Amino acid sequence: MSHNQLTDSGRLHHFLSIEGLKRPLLTEIMDRAEQFSSISHQQVKKVPLLRGKTIVNLFFENSTRTRTTFELAAKRLSADVISLNINTSSASKGESLRDTLHNLEAMHSDMFVVRHNQSGAAEFIAQHVAPHVSVINAGDGCHAHPTQAMLDMFTIRRHKQHFPDLRVAIIGDILHSRVARSQIQALATLGVGEIRVIAPKTLLPTDCKTLGVHVYHDMDAGLKDVDVVITLRLQNERMQGALLPSAKEYFQCYGLTERKLSLAKPDAIVMHPGPINRGVEIASAVADGPQSVILEQVTHGIAVRMAIMSMTLGSQAELHEVTA
Amino acid sequence: MNLHIKNGRVIDPASQIDAQQDIFIRDGKIVAISTHLDGFVADQTIDATGLIVCPGLVDLNARLREPGQEHTATIESETLAAVAGGITSLCVPPDTDPVIDTPAVVELIEDRAKKAGRAMVYTIGALTQKLQGELLTEMAALKMAGCIGVSNGLAPIKNSLILRRAMEYAATLDLTLFINSIDPWLQGNGCVHEGAISARLGLTGIPETAETIAVARDLLLIELTGVRAHFHNISCGKTVTLIKDAQNKGLAVTADVSAHHLHLSEHDIGNYDTLSHVMPPLRSIRDREQLQQGLREGIISAISSHHQPLDNDAKLGPFAETMPGISGLETLLALTMKLVDDEEITLHQAIASLTSHPADILGIDAGQLKIGAQADICIFNPNIHNECHPHSFVSAGKNSPFSGWLFNNKVSHTIFDGKLVFEQDKIHSIAV
Repeated sequence: MSHNQLTDSGRLHHFLSIEGLKRPLLTEIMDRAEQFSSISHQQVKKVPLLRGKTIVNLFFENSTRTRTTFELAAKRLSADVISLNINTSSASKGESLRDTLHNLEAMHSDMFVVRHNQSGAAEFIAQHVAPHVSVINAGDGCHAHPTQAMLDMFTIRRHKQHFPDLRVAIIGDILHSRVARSQIQALATLGVGEIRVIAPKTLLPTDCKTLGVHVYHDMDAGLKDVDVVITLRLQNERMQGALLPSAKEYFQCYGLTERKLSLAKPDAIVMHPGPINRGVEIASAVADGPQSVILEQVTHGIAVRMAIMSMTLGSQAELHEVTA
Repeated sequence: MNLHIKNGRVIDPASQIDAQQDIFIRDGKIVAISTHLDGFVADQTIDATGLIVCPGLVDLNARLREPGQEHTATIESETLAAVAGGITSLCVPPDTDPVIDTPAVVELIEDRAKKAGRAMVYTIGALTQKLQGELLTEMAALKMAGCIGVSNGLAPIKNSLILRRAMEYAATLDLTLFINSIDPWLQGNGCVHEGAISARLGLTGIPETAETIAVARDLLLIELTGVRAHFHNISCGKTVTLIKDAQNKGLAVTADVSAHHLHLSEHDIGNYDTLSHVMPPLRSIRDREQLQQGLREGIISAISSHHQPLDNDAKLGPFAETMPGISGLETLLALTMKLVDDEEITLHQAIASLTSHPADILGIDAGQLKIGAQADICIFNPNIHNECHPHSFVSAGKNSPFSGWLFNNKVSHTIFDGKLVFEQDKIHSIAV
């Protein structure tokens, strides 16, 4: 459990994992994101909530989309942002990670947004920064990607009213997916009626059921009557190590096609954390189809990250004053 | 030099002694275990009233980091830690740098240990050259130099034919084979037990079958070759069953378990606690219970420290990037005695699993209080409040997940070769 992401009064100090967060806090993030969402439509897209604050995007793993939305979110909150891409292969592991942090702290930054290829890296960094510095996990190994999960919940809430009534299916590489782990925790915290995972055994963690999900290996059975379909990106390297025979066979068995989608509820929405592999985990017709909300997810990413950044930096300024 | 240990409760399971007795030591040897000895004039007397006096502990597996990693720990620093933990004999595996695959390395380690003068250090020679699993070492020469057995350390021999040949050759020389069984493919780059915790934390798991498949293969080859074998640090409940079956078949097979695997489980990793990062990984609670059961039944006959001192930086980083290992010399007795407090094993089982049983596995004359034998003795208080503070360990490695654990026992004196080498809160300097 991420025991140290909350302050003594139960407010967010870091944002490392959905695990351990209570439903009202997740709801507050989404409510606040709704308010920020309206800012995107204004002429001046900035609020001065984090004016004077310095945010460092620390990306030890390549990412364009996530980094960009974090940058935009920070800028719309009027913070100063620096983005650093650090090649992990040249960094000599733990020690230099700590040294990097201390160097950056010496520049008096207030927040690190961290992406790293090792599970637990964000937790490690949170343990080693100065007490006033907040850490936001932008993806650590196969562990967690909590801001992605929150923007997904936000997107679901925009389309579906009541979480407990929902059936949600997550399809694909659950084993290696930090997105899936965080989504499952968020869906469970929000009281979703049934969470399903659909994948071949090679892409599911052992003891997957302990995550609180129903396991399906067959798409037709798993998709039946679901309200939300989430497909995960399939990394090309999964063909190595005998996890899968080929992308072609994967698409045949687990690719989301119009036919398979028709088994879900007629008003089911289709989501994907991106970037999508057309013809591998999802057919173009579905990705671009009327039930797809994939691009909305990207848009919502900014408002949700604004909400989380402003909450973690403990800005006590009343939101209403700036958004009114 | 005459040493008199008086009024202690002397417990030696191998000699079936459990009585209030005195021990009289002259010139490094035990001369009497009785209530008095006529004409004995003590130069030094230890009042052991209320304390347990038992044979000096024998540890089957401790890494001292010398030669090769003297910046982390040395034979000097770690034998000091050993006697602070009541251990007077310990055994080092061959994965030093250079590897213990030539008599020269054996001699170097023995020389350093002799100079330190605090505990007997036994060496396990390499089974294959540089532990590469390809060419046999000169095992006869290693045995002559003093190795008490052979092992390939933590590097599994993938090629079953080479393992078979190595076993046959070791059997020819009547050398015990020490094995850490692991299937390298199933282990992969895993760092935790494959189960609920690996699923939750997104860490690569090591399935139980990584151990059981390798143990099953090794047992079949042991049966084929007739080598005497000892399994180090088993971690799975099912391994206990495999070893039980082999023992019932009459194979010369023994096993030990680490003190930490008897107390911790995968759940102790909590939120990426790197101090609980060990190899083999901490398994499920059920596995832990089955290991305890195996110990009760005598299938597992020894408890070892599997001491791996590390510097602080080795444990600082994202979990999978940190070094596995626990600094275990100074908690070996305390953790074993905690099993007695928890009524998992009896006091005699506890002491035997730390003294005569490991000594028998090593084939050494230790772990027993015998008249005429070298006086290696551990004296501990079984009734004292003792909170574990790894930062004050004598060992150069402070890497222990047991910080804050409360024990009801503490080593008060350690005697090696008839000399007081450790006394609670002070370490005696030895004139060599």
